Amino acid sequence: MSDERTLDLLEAKIEELRQMNSQNGIDLSHEIRTLEKKLERLRRDLFENLSDWERVKTARHPKRPYALDYIGEIFTDFYELHGDRISGDDQALITGLARLEGRRIAVVAQQKGRSTAENKERLFGMPRPRGYRKARRVMCLADRFGIPIVTLIDTPGAYPGLESEEENIGGAIAESLRTMAELRVPTIAVVIGEGGSGGALAIGVADCVMMLENSIYTVISPEGAAAILWKDKDRVKEAAAALHLTAPHLLKLGLIDGVIPEPLGGAHKDFERTAAALKRELERHLSELTDQVTDERMAARYARYRSIGRFHAVE
Amino acid sequence: MAIFKERQYLRVHVDKEPDDSLWMKCKSCGELVFKRRVRENNNICPKCGDYFFLTAAERIASLVDEGSYEEISKPIASDDPLGFADSRAYTDRIEDAQSKTGMRDALIVGRASIGAIPIVIAVMDFRFVGGSMGSVMGEQICHGIETAIELERPFVLISSSGGARVQEGLFSLLQMAKTAAVRARLSDAGLPFISVMTYPTSGGVQASIASLGDLIIAERGAMIGFAGRRVIDQTIAEQELPQNFQTDAFALEHGQIDRVVKREDLRDELVLLLSYFVETVR
Repeated sequence: MSDERTLDLLEAKIEELRQMNSQNGIDLSHEIRTLEKKLERLRRDLFENLSDWERVKTARHPKRPYALDYIGEIFTDFYELHGDRISGDDQALITGLARLEGRRIAVVAQQKGRSTAENKERLFGMPRPRGYRKARRVMCLADRFGIPIVTLIDTPGAYPGLESEEENIGGAIAESLRTMAELRVPTIAVVIGEGGSGGALAIGVADCVMMLENSIYTVISPEGAAAILWKDKDRVKEAAAALHLTAPHLLKLGLIDGVIPEPLGGAHKDFERTAAALKRELERHLSELTDQVTDERMAARYARYRSIGRFHAVE
Repeated sequence: MAIFKERQYLRVHVDKEPDDSLWMKCKSCGELVFKRRVRENNNICPKCGDYFFLTAAERIASLVDEGSYEEISKPIASDDPLGFADSRAYTDRIEDAQSKTGMRDALIVGRASIGAIPIVIAVMDFRFVGGSMGSVMGEQICHGIETAIELERPFVLISSSGGARVQEGLFSLLQMAKTAAVRARLSDAGLPFISVMTYPTSGGVQASIASLGDLIIAERGAMIGFAGRRVIDQTIAEQELPQNFQTDAFALEHGQIDRVVKREDLRDELVLLLSYFVETVR
């Protein structure tokens, strides 16, 4: 078996050979091709059959692209809007106006920090009540002016703690769920990294819900499930598998509408390609949704959520 | 899940194991009390006044007009969509809870009248997998709201839940969205929704349907909150939490609920409250 480090080494070796090839005039193209094939095979071995727990780690990878990376790559004219008008601004949940190939949209997204300093502001992407109230404010604004909404989900969960509870985090999430269920404009939600519980769902009620291939979406973190149900915090692999939290699982269960492919190794291995795939899907679905009559689109969204659940008749 | 146990300020005691003895010990005052007297007294300790846990059926009996309740729960039980097993298989857990409680899942819903006001009432039962919300509870709540709309009655929900049911994974999480969406239709129909939070109203239930009441009443001794101490300690640093953290008093102080009501007054206050809204209901 190979690990990610072996792949990196092999990649460096090939690059070295390439340089020798061009500089010294020795024809190494055959060797390079052989090594490239080997690299490709190893990479496939490693990533094609990622276990659910490995996908969790990919979804949380420190190099994984975050919301602002995609926003910068996919949209133009992003204009951030701040504040919930009540208690403050939340840097873990960003909102704004932007254009997608000229088309107006409102963006609502969870944003993790890259550095320790940034995470002091962004709280590792865990929004507080003020974040969800800002999201609701901007979504209602977009709704009033007929602007479609795109949300990008990437949070371990809502920020827990005294301040959040004092400001009624549960109530803020609940209000956001209801607001999103009632929006008249087209809405698309994409899980780009971690879809952690109610804090993720709060911006995830939409006409179209998609996930990047290596993102996760779950009612509880594998760590939380391991601690509560297995009473053993080390059994995260089992918990991750049991929760069916990966994009392919959730597509099969009929809970999401699409999986956006990532390059082998994860979105960070080829950011431009991932962003391009995401952009294509956003454009396609936005066109389809915009073409629908408002009442029909709203009826379809209602029917979608009304029918979620698995049970059987008894007696 | 049930992550809020073992907090010393809680007043409501959950008896998970029923037994046939005539006497029971109050965990608050330590007195031995005659069980029948406790039952007749709304499950309130006759010695110290603290609350014992109420089952869904007992709760309904304590609130609605005698003989008015007619159950309308759908005859459904949970699937096991993920084939979930931790230390036990989910299907075993469900069967166990069913035989212990005589219920199909953690909520029952019915038509009733309260002070002669017709309502639809849905009540959670904490004994059934911690009152957790999975596919069945979500469906029954929606069914209750839809019945309320059909009959043009107010909807009353009594919550007692640890949150979303982990064993049904994302299906459970999405019940939060489902109930919120259906709840919005009640407002479209001009009908009131009174949410009563009891011990405990937490996690995914508190962060969805229970917090979406037009009016929110807490029973004295309720525990109300999204993430408990354990989640806080695990996720961020250990934090100094006030003595009244996530109590009824905390929720009232921070503007999250309209009133805190004693169990013995709950019926009368619901009647009073409903009387302000039924005039608009035919």
